Amino acid sequence: MADVTVDKKALQEGERPIFNASFGKLMMWFFLVSDAFTFSALLIAYGALRVRSVTDSALQAWANPEAVFTHTPILYEIFHIEAPLVFVGLMTFILIISSVTMVLAVEAGHRKSKKEVSKWVFLTIIGGTTFLLCQAYEWYHFIHGHEHSAVAIPEGQLASLGIEGKEDLIDHHVLPALYMYNSEEELIGFRLKDGTLIKDTEQMAKIEAFGAEKDAEGHYVNRTHGGANLKANEYGPQAFGDLFFFVTGFHGTHVFSGVVLLVILYIGSVRGTYEKRGHYEMVEKIGLYWHFVDLVWVFVFTFFYLV
Amino acid sequence: MAVTADGGSSARKAIWRTFWILAGLTTLEFVIAGTKGFYPDWFGITMATVRTGVLYTFIILTIAKAFFIVAEFMHLKHEVKRLVWIILIPFIFIGWLLIGLILEGGFWGGA
Repeated sequence: MADVTVDKKALQEGERPIFNASFGKLMMWFFLVSDAFTFSALLIAYGALRVRSVTDSALQAWANPEAVFTHTPILYEIFHIEAPLVFVGLMTFILIISSVTMVLAVEAGHRKSKKEVSKWVFLTIIGGTTFLLCQAYEWYHFIHGHEHSAVAIPEGQLASLGIEGKEDLIDHHVLPALYMYNSEEELIGFRLKDGTLIKDTEQMAKIEAFGAEKDAEGHYVNRTHGGANLKANEYGPQAFGDLFFFVTGFHGTHVFSGVVLLVILYIGSVRGTYEKRGHYEMVEKIGLYWHFVDLVWVFVFTFFYLV
Repeated sequence: MAVTADGGSSARKAIWRTFWILAGLTTLEFVIAGTKGFYPDWFGITMATVRTGVLYTFIILTIAKAFFIVAEFMHLKHEVKRLVWIILIPFIFIGWLLIGLILEGGFWGGA
């Protein structure tokens, strides 16, 4: 037994003792498999709730992504054009391109080219940061909502409509009430921002008539932005808003962690840490993580924005 | 992970090829999303058929994109076969959860 020697160097990072892959890369793969399970569970939960909402017409209709994600920078702010899915398409391309720059960094790492690794990692950081900024823009508009998607009930009229104890929801002396439709596109009620649904027929008719008032030019006078929070959203069932925040938020957190890792990678590469170490395996490991983030987005994009 | 004899230029070529495939598939998804409203007129089919067809098309395109990202960008296609299987086999459970919960979703709240 004495002649059994453990090759300590082989166990160190950078060596490829089993599966022809280093321990670091193997562990990254196993982590990504478990993370993929988390994302799968979230997306499948989304699918199950959506199928349930579609098969039961008494329930609220699920959100139509083309009516939800309509804000695009410049087009909306300057030209006041609503362009469904254009912005999210741009985000998808940004992430794909950042994946390409990442894989080019990995390739440069194989050639141990410090200059090229630094360049491609830097470009990936730019891509990831741009994506995060895009997501911030999208969240802002998701939370803020569309014009005319809610009725603005004046403070003074709450009592006459039988709404009590909702003082904390009053904003600029009005209480916004979101229009809620079922899958047959019939109005089923008005939802307040704390999740309360007003579905009393008489009350509904009064609010509806109030919200339908137009001025001489044909503009709605008593309507306001609806928007979304964790208890109510103008787009559809509460679960839609909650899952949107949770899944895109969880993905965004991954992108943010990825950017932090990339910044560490960039500093290490520029300072020559990996050159001294003799290999650029760190680029490969962080690269795997970054491609995984892109992979998740491919699924999020299809199931939240396309179908 | 050795550098190819041509100094990595064939590897870079493969990377850009994968990029164009991904960009092409994403563009195709957009074209479908943007034009699906016209399909009933163009092909004389009902909107319900269009919705089902488009849903499955999107799922197939998504899986195709996932394949290219995992196989090429994450390099899984070029790993040892045993490692590939160790990573892929656990996803049988995801398939099971998918079938289970999506079917279940159709029954919730039903009579």
